[in-house]
Amino acid sequence: MAFAGRRDVPEPPDFGILKRLARDQLIYLLEQLPGKKDLFIEPDLMSPLDRIANVSILKQHEVDKLYKAETRPPLSASDQFCFLVRPRVRTMRYIADIVNADKMSGRTRKYKIIFSPQKFYACEMVLEEEGVFGDVTCDEWSFYLLPLDEDIISMELPEFFRDYFLEGDHRWITSVARALQLLNSLYGPFGRAYGMAVCQGMMSHELWRELEEDGENDGQGRKPEISNVFLMDRDTDYVTALCSQVVYEGLVDDTFRIKCGSVDFGPDVTSSDKSIKVLLNAQDKVFNQIRNEHFSSVFGFLSQKSRNLQAQYDRRRGMDIKQMKNFVSQELKGLKQEHRLLSLHIGACESIMKKKTKQDFQEMIKAEHSLLEGFDIRESTSFIEEHIDRQVSPIESLRLMCLLSITENGLVPKDYRSLKTQYLQSYGPEHLLTFHNLKRVGLLTEQSAGETLTAVESRVSKLVTDRAAGKITDAFSSLARKSNFRAISKKLGLIPRVDGEYNLKVPPDMAYVFSGAYIPLSCKIIEQVLERRGWLGLEEVVRLLNGNEFSVSDSTGEETPPGESQRIVLAIFLGGCTFSEIAALRFLGKERGLKFIFLTTAITNSARMLEAMIEAKA
Amino acid sequence: TRPLLEIYSASGLLLASLPWKSGQLVQLGWTASEDLLCIQEDGTVLVYNLFCEFKRHFSMGNEVLQNHVLEAKVFHTEYGTGVAILTGAHRVSLATNIEDLKLRRMPEVPGLQKPPSCWAVLSQDRVTIVLLAVGQDLYLLDNTSCSLVTPPGMSPSAGAYLQMAVSFNHRCLALFTDTGYIWMGLATLKEKLCEFTSSIRSPPRQMVWCMRPRSRQRAVVVAWDRQLMVAGNSSECIQFVLDEDSLLVPELDGVRILSRSSHEFLQEIPEPSQEIFRIASMAPGALLLEAQKEYEKESQKADEYLREIKEQKLLPEAVRQCIEAAGYEHEPDTQKSLLRAASFGKCFLDKFPPESFVRMCQDLRVLNAIRDYQIGVPLTFTQYPPWDPGGVGWPQQQTWGGSAWGWGLCWDLPAPSLPPQVQQKDKSDEEVAQAINQKLGDTPGISYSEIAARAYDCGRTELAIKLLEYEPRSGEQVPLLLKMKRSKLALSKAIESGDTDLVYTVVLHLKNELTRGTFFMTLQNQPVALSLYRQFCKHQERETLKDLYNQDDNHQELGNFHVHSSYSEKRIEGRVGALQNALDEFYKAKNEFAAKATEDQIKLLRLQRHLQEDLNRPYLDLSLHDTVSNLILEGHHKRAEQLYRDFKIPDKRYWWLKISALATRGDWEEMEKFSRSKKSPIGYWPFVEISVKHHNRYEAKKYAPRVPPEQRV
Repeated sequence: MAFAGRRDVPEPPDFGILKRLARDQLIYLLEQLPGKKDLFIEPDLMSPLDRIANVSILKQHEVDKLYKAETRPPLSASDQFCFLVRPRVRTMRYIADIVNADKMSGRTRKYKIIFSPQKFYACEMVLEEEGVFGDVTCDEWSFYLLPLDEDIISMELPEFFRDYFLEGDHRWITSVARALQLLNSLYGPFGRAYGMAVCQGMMSHELWRELEEDGENDGQGRKPEISNVFLMDRDTDYVTALCSQVVYEGLVDDTFRIKCGSVDFGPDVTSSDKSIKVLLNAQDKVFNQIRNEHFSSVFGFLSQKSRNLQAQYDRRRGMDIKQMKNFVSQELKGLKQEHRLLSLHIGACESIMKKKTKQDFQEMIKAEHSLLEGFDIRESTSFIEEHIDRQVSPIESLRLMCLLSITENGLVPKDYRSLKTQYLQSYGPEHLLTFHNLKRVGLLTEQSAGETLTAVESRVSKLVTDRAAGKITDAFSSLARKSNFRAISKKLGLIPRVDGEYNLKVPPDMAYVFSGAYIPLSCKIIEQVLERRGWLGLEEVVRLLNGNEFSVSDSTGEETPPGESQRIVLAIFLGGCTFSEIAALRFLGKERGLKFIFLTTAITNSARMLEAMIEAKA
Repeated sequence: TRPLLEIYSASGLLLASLPWKSGQLVQLGWTASEDLLCIQEDGTVLVYNLFCEFKRHFSMGNEVLQNHVLEAKVFHTEYGTGVAILTGAHRVSLATNIEDLKLRRMPEVPGLQKPPSCWAVLSQDRVTIVLLAVGQDLYLLDNTSCSLVTPPGMSPSAGAYLQMAVSFNHRCLALFTDTGYIWMGLATLKEKLCEFTSSIRSPPRQMVWCMRPRSRQRAVVVAWDRQLMVAGNSSECIQFVLDEDSLLVPELDGVRILSRSSHEFLQEIPEPSQEIFRIASMAPGALLLEAQKEYEKESQKADEYLREIKEQKLLPEAVRQCIEAAGYEHEPDTQKSLLRAASFGKCFLDKFPPESFVRMCQDLRVLNAIRDYQIGVPLTFTQYPPWDPGGVGWPQQQTWGGSAWGWGLCWDLPAPSLPPQVQQKDKSDEEVAQAINQKLGDTPGISYSEIAARAYDCGRTELAIKLLEYEPRSGEQVPLLLKMKRSKLALSKAIESGDTDLVYTVVLHLKNELTRGTFFMTLQNQPVALSLYRQFCKHQERETLKDLYNQDDNHQELGNFHVHSSYSEKRIEGRVGALQNALDEFYKAKNEFAAKATEDQIKLLRLQRHLQEDLNRPYLDLSLHDTVSNLILEGHHKRAEQLYRDFKIPDKRYWWLKISALATRGDWEEMEKFSRSKKSPIGYWPFVEISVKHHNRYEAKKYAPRVPPEQRV
C-alpha cells in the first residue's frame, strides 16, 4: 500500500447482495411451513428484519399474525407457529412454555423455530430438558450480516461484547467465523489479514485455514473485491469507546441512540407532537455531508445549507410559467425533501445543544481531556466525585470512573474504594455486582492489583501463564492485564501537539473526532500497521498491548498488482465499534486514498458498553 | 494331529493359522466385512477375523443339535451376510443378517425323504427365498409356503436337476440336469435367457455365473474335476483343462479360479479393451494408440493416424477409450502406453476435461499398489470402488462381499498396507503411528480419524490416539475420543476446534459419565468449557452454579451469587438472609470492600423497612442518597442527620444533597440556617447556583457575598 499522496477513494463493493441473500433464505424458510402461520419475532430481531423484509413480504408468504416473542401470546386459532429468534436459553424456555401450555389444553399445532444467525447445541439441550424437542422443528436463518450503510456492515449481535469479554463465552466466535467466510466467498479471497485480538487465538487457526482452503478451492481466477482485512478486539482499546463523542453521527448516537441505522427523533426535535423515524445513511444527502464533521462546524454548515436552499427556492420569483412548471415537476420535490431533512437535523442539533449545555458538557469534556493527557489527575478525580455525589447520571459517572482507571492503569486503592462507596450510595447498592464485572473485564481496577489478587484469581492467572505458550485463550486473562495507556499513548503519539488552536474545520489528523485532543488508539494501530504492511517496528506497542498480534498473507498475493481491491480495507471490530472510530477511519481513508469497510458485531458507544456490564436484577 | 485352519492372502501368503480344536466343520465362508464364518455340524457358527482371532459365535437353532447340519451356505444380500443351513431332517433354516440374528425356519417340502440334489438362496424384492431341487421337481420355499415351480421353456425331457447357480447380483439363475442340459434364465423364473446342452453329463463339481455389469453377454462356468466349460447364448462353448483341483469364486465382473498353486481370473473382455486390441481394429482408440507409438518412433505415420481420427471427429472418443481401457489392464506397462496415448490425443483437443484422466491415474496407482503380491488385493477396476473423499468407506458388499479368500484387507484406505501395521503387536504405538504418517503424509482425502477408528476397533486405543494427533481438524477427533472414553482429551480437542457446540456435546457427555465432583474438577481445568457451562447454568439451572463455585471454594463468586439471589427474594427477611450469606462469603474471600458494602446494604434495608413502617412512605430499594434526600424532602431532618452519621456520608455529598433537597422543597429558611451551621465544605457557589436554578434570585443574592471573588463569573 503505497501512500502516494491523496488519491480518489475507490468505490466500496455492493453489499446489497447480502440483503438479497438473507431475504431469499427467509422466504424459503417460511415456505417450508406451508399454509397460514403466526410469526413470533425476537424483539432484538425486529429492526434488522425490517431492513430485510417488510410486513407485506411476510404476508405474501402466508404469515398471518405477528407477535413479539416475549409476552404470552393471545389465544390464537392458528395451527402453525413459527418463531424467529436468537439462539438464547431464555427464548427457548419461552417457546417451551407455549408448547407445553398447548399440550396441557390438548391443542395440537405445528411449531417451527428459525434460529438466526445459527442454532446452538445449548438451545436444543434446553428444548430437550423442557420436553418439547420432539414437538418442534428447527431451522437456521444464516442472516449474519446486515449492511447498515454503503460502508458499514453489522452483525447486530450486541451481546457479543458481554458474552465474550465478560463471561468468556466463545459461542459467537463461530458466528463471526461464518460471517467472515461468507464475506470471503462473496468479496474475497482476502489477500492480507492483520489483527490485534484475543479472539485471534481462536480465530486464526481453524478459521484462517478454512478461509484459505476456501480461497484455494473456489477463489481460482476470481477477482477479489476486498484484499485487506484488519481484525480488532474491543478490549484492545476501551479508551476510545469510553470518550464522549463529538462528531455529529456519534453525538446523535450518544443522544438519541441510533438503532439499526435509523433513529427516532422525538417531539423536541421535530417541533411537532409526534416522533419521526429517520434512516441515517449515505442516501440522506444532508446527513452524509455532516455525519463525520466535528459538532462545532455542523451548525455553520447547516445554516449555509439553508441559505443555499432558500436561494434555490427564491429563484422561482423571476420565473415564467414554463420555467415554473419545470421547477415544480423536477426540482421542487428534491428541494422539499432536502428541506425536510435539513429542518430535522437542525432540530436535532438544537436538542443536542440544549442537553449538552445543561449537563456542563464543556466541563466534562475538559475533564476527559485531562484524563487522556494525564494532567491534573487529582482535580479530575474530584470532578468525578462531585459528578457522583450530585447524581448527574449513573452511566456517565461510571464512564468517567472507567476512563480514569484505564488511563491511569487502575485507580489508587484509596480512590478505588471511596469512589465505589460514593457510587453505591448515590445509585444503589446493586451496583456492587457491576463493579465486579468491570473489574473482571479490566475497565475499573485497582492499581498494583498483582499483590491483592485473591486466591482464585491468582490461580486463574497462573493457569493463563502456564498456557501462554499454547493457543488457549482465556477471557480471565484480562485480570492480569494492564492497560498501559499512558505508555502506548506516548509511543504512538496519540495526543497531538499543536501550536495554537486545533483546526477542526480542516483537521490535520484523526484527532479531530475528539476535538483535537486524542487520536483514537484503535484507528492509530490500523493506520500504523497498514502503513508498515505488518507489525514490524511496532514491537514495543504490541508488548504494551499484551501481544497477540498477527498477520497472515496469502503467499501468492504478495506481488499482485495494486488493483482497486488493494485499496479496500475491511476493518473488523469484535465487540463493537463507535461512530467516532468510523469517522476517524473515513478521514484516514480520504487522506490515503483507501476505502474502509466496517464490519462490527454491533455499533457501540460508552453507554451501551457500560450498560452491558450492569447486572440485571433477575 | 489336529486339523489346521489357515488364512492366506489372495497372493498365497499365509496370514495366520490356528489348530482347529472345535467341532466338525461343514462349511467355511466370508462375511461382507471380512470375517471368517466356520459353520459346524452342530449348528454353531464361529466367527474369526482375518488373523484367526476368535471374535464371537452364534447358533443356528436348537433343532440342529440332534439333526446336524448336512449342508450350509453363506450368502450376501443388501442386508448383509446371511447363513442358510440344511438339516438332517431336510429342513432349511436361515438368517438373513448375522449381525442382527433372526432365525427363520423355511416351510417343509411335502414327502421329502432324502436330501435334495441341490438348493440355493435367492433374494427377490428384498425377500430371501430358497429354491430346492428334488429329482425332476423344483420347489420354491418362501416365508409361508412351499410351491412346485417349472422354469419357462424347460425341455420336458431335461431330466433330474444336478446343480444350480445364482448370479452375483441375484438376478440370474442357471440349472444343470443329468442330461447335460443347462437352463439359463431370470431368477424370478419368468423368462428363459438361453439354453445349452453339454456333452459331459456327469454331475459338475461347481457351476457359477460369469458376467459383467451392464453387459448383455451372460455365461455360466461349469467345472468338473479336470475340465472347465464356459457356456452362454451360443451353440458352442469354450473349454479349458484344469491342472489341479480348483475352486470357482463368482464375482461382480468375472470368476476367480483358485487352486493350490494358481489364482486366475476369468472374465468377459471389457468393450474398450476389445475395441482397441482386436486384431486390425479401426476403432478410434486403436488408431490413437497406434499414432502415439508412431509418434514415439518419430514417424510421420503418427500424423496420418491422427488425421484419420480427427476427420471423423472422433478424437475425444479415442481419448476416452484409451483412458477407460487403461483401467481394465493389469500390466502397468500396457496401462502406461494407453495413458500415454490418451495424453497424446488430449494435446490436440481444446477442451477435454482433465478429471477423468487424473482420476484414472490416481486409481491405477492405488490398484497397482494393492495388487502387489505382498499386499495381495487383486481387485479389478470394476470392483474398485469409486473414490470416496469423505473416506466413509466403500460399498464393499457389492464388489467384494463373500469372496472366499482373505485378500480383502481394508477397503477404505488408498494405502492398504495400513491395517497389517495396525495389527502388528510388536511395534510401539508411536512407531506405528509415525510409519503410517510417513506413508500417507497430508494427502487430501485421507481421514486420520477413520484410520484411528479402525485401530480402535482392533483394540489399539493408544495407537488410535496417536493417529488422531495427525488429524488436522480437531472436530473430527472428538467423536472417536468420546467413544474411546478419553473424555478429557476430547474436551480439550473440542475447545481447540473453536466449535462451542462440540464443547457442549462433550461437556454434557462428561456430566453424564463422571461423578459430579470429578465433572466439576475436569471443568475447572478448562476455562473455556467452564465459562460455557456457567453460561448455561446461569440461564437454566442456577443451583448448579452454586455447586460449581462451592467445589472451587470461589467465595467471591459465591458472594455474588447470593447477592444476585437476594434480588429475586420478595420478602425482606429473605433478602437479608441472602445478603447475610453473601456477607459470609465476601469475608471468606477477604473482599473487605464487598463485605462492608453488603453490611451497609443490610443495615440500609432494615432501616428502610422501619422508615416505611413509621412514615408509611415507600423507602425500600432506594439508594442511600435517595433515602436521605427523601427524608429531607419530607422534613424529617433529624432522621436524615442520623443516617448521615450512621453511614458516614461524606460531608461534601451531604451538603450537596441537603441543599438541593431543601431547594426543591422550597425551604429557603432551613437552607439559610444550614448554610450557617458550619463552614460549607463545598463553598457557597452551589447555594447561588441552586437558588438560580429554582428561579429564586432573591435567595441567590444572599449567598453571593460569601462566594470568593475568583469564582464570581
